[in-house]
Amino acid sequence: MAGKLVHQAPDTEPAPLLDVRELTLSFGKDRTNLLQGVRYSVAAGETLCIVGESGCGKSVSSLAIMGLLPAGVARIEAADIRFQGKPHDLGDQAVLRRRRGSEIAMIFQEPMTSLNPAFRVGDQIAEAVKAHRDVSDADARSRAVEMLRRVGIPAPESRMREYPHQLSGGMRQRVMIAMALANDPALLIADEPTTALDVTIQSQILDLIRELQSETGMGTIMITHDLGVVAEIADRVAVMYAGTIVESGSAARIFDDPQHPYTIGLMSSVPKLTGPRERLSTVPGTVPTAETMPPGCRFSTRCPFAQDICAETPPERDFGDGHRVLCHFAPLDEHLELA
Amino acid sequence: MLSFILRRLLIAIPTIILISIFVFSLQKFLPGDPVLAMAGEERDPETIAFLREKYNLNDPIPVQYLSWVGNALTGDLGISLRTNQPVLELIGQKLPVTIQLATMSMIFALLIGIPAGILSAIRKGTITDYVANIVALSGLSIPNFWLGIMLILLVSVKWQLLPASGYVPFDQDPLRSIQVMIMPAFVLGTALAATLMRHTRSAMLTVLTSDYVRTARAKGLTERRVILHHAFRNALTPIVTLSALLFGELIAGAVLTEQIFTVPGFGKLVVDAVFNRDYAVVQGIVLVTAVGFIVMNLLADIAYVLLNPRLRS
Repeated sequence: MAGKLVHQAPDTEPAPLLDVRELTLSFGKDRTNLLQGVRYSVAAGETLCIVGESGCGKSVSSLAIMGLLPAGVARIEAADIRFQGKPHDLGDQAVLRRRRGSEIAMIFQEPMTSLNPAFRVGDQIAEAVKAHRDVSDADARSRAVEMLRRVGIPAPESRMREYPHQLSGGMRQRVMIAMALANDPALLIADEPTTALDVTIQSQILDLIRELQSETGMGTIMITHDLGVVAEIADRVAVMYAGTIVESGSAARIFDDPQHPYTIGLMSSVPKLTGPRERLSTVPGTVPTAETMPPGCRFSTRCPFAQDICAETPPERDFGDGHRVLCHFAPLDEHLELA
Repeated sequence: MLSFILRRLLIAIPTIILISIFVFSLQKFLPGDPVLAMAGEERDPETIAFLREKYNLNDPIPVQYLSWVGNALTGDLGISLRTNQPVLELIGQKLPVTIQLATMSMIFALLIGIPAGILSAIRKGTITDYVANIVALSGLSIPNFWLGIMLILLVSVKWQLLPASGYVPFDQDPLRSIQVMIMPAFVLGTALAATLMRHTRSAMLTVLTSDYVRTARAKGLTERRVILHHAFRNALTPIVTLSALLFGELIAGAVLTEQIFTVPGFGKLVVDAVFNRDYAVVQGIVLVTAVGFIVMNLLADIAYVLLNPRLRS
């Protein structure tokens, strides 16, 4: 799927809707940094894909922005986040709660377990409406019916009365989307929304998200490890490795001209249908754990180009159009030619 | 739903039969002879023979069992060997007392145990959690009779707030009836509250980490609504099951607590019957208790289905 499906990046970078300038999170007694200086932004109407292996911190960063990290587990070391141009304070639980589900909404990986099994789906959507709007029960319910219809659920009035277990996985994810978008949020965070679904259902859900996005103009952060999904939906891509964004830029640039050794490895581990047959390459080794995290560049333990200098924090290189790479040797081509 | 209830009722029948056989044979194999107890000091052989004949104690044991079951089915649980009153009448006198005590105890247990369990789950690992656990552990380890005596000393003797003992029928004077029973109900209730608290805590801890609770938070619901509506509703199942079993236990009577507060309930009846080898009464009580347990279990199962939409279809 990867390759030519990439969207054209907008000519001028729009003002960001969510601008994460710095997010560092630590956990555990020894305060290892789970996220290290995470930095990304997403504009209204734009889709940012955060890509990375499982455990790299993709979900953690978005849960942190939502204020949904379990208390007492992770600790925010540094955060400079702006939402709609104003500071987004991760310490203010009251503001975070009001923002959740109204301005920033989130859908999750497991539609099977993400809906409350004890309540009818209609009530669960209406509840989301009532949490943020001073409306009557009847209005909240008619909004819920409208949302179910919008996400393509047939006979929404009768579906309202069903329980989650009576719906298929794809239907449940549609219900989740209906619930998330019931209050017209400016930003939707979708945490691997298609991973648990069948392939045919996956593309239906992606199409639905894209369609709703173009209707509402909301910004979308799509968290995924599936480069096929990225190719299909991303305007911009942020590649995350071991809690750091190692490379970010327009989807076209990331796919056609990746600069970070990790991104290059990631791209070449996707099989292609066209061109000569090659052995699939993989990124050797495994993601370092908190105990084995190297100083400096976090990818250095697995990087084929690593040198002594990689023990120092890599600089951020900007290649224009928002294409940024965190590597001592970027641009890589130049260094390869020298070698 | 109706067929479910019928099915559960059918399953209860063999259980009751088994219990009746067990109760009956246990009585027969226990040492001691009720006739000797009745015949008095002289132990006149003629009197003994007469009594044995009168109560059909010479029949083969299976015959004794069958005639007992046959009579029980028609509501005749026999005559107390000691007081010559019909057993059903004796039980009928004590049962309302015990049900009232059990209900009031259960209310105390639920009112203390569930909020404490929820609180210690949402404040896991904090002082609140530790204090709740220590109090719960104390509730479990402090003997009821000691707590009962202390309460009488403090509340009745020193502060003179509540009567120390006795019983007033509910239909005679409801307010007074409740007042008299507050202390024994509290004593029984606190012990059960500890068990309920532990179970509520662990059920809540499981539910609080579930995906749908995260969804509820992601919707921007208040923490209060997330916990009381979304989490607690799903934690209810084990709590309801446990409460039904605890209530069944309360119906079986609380010998010591009843003794201390001189509540004329099942507990005292059982003790008197056992000491006097009053077979008919013991059998009757155990049978009623067992049926009570089965009914409570049935109610728990029905509640279980009502709470779980997945089981309804």
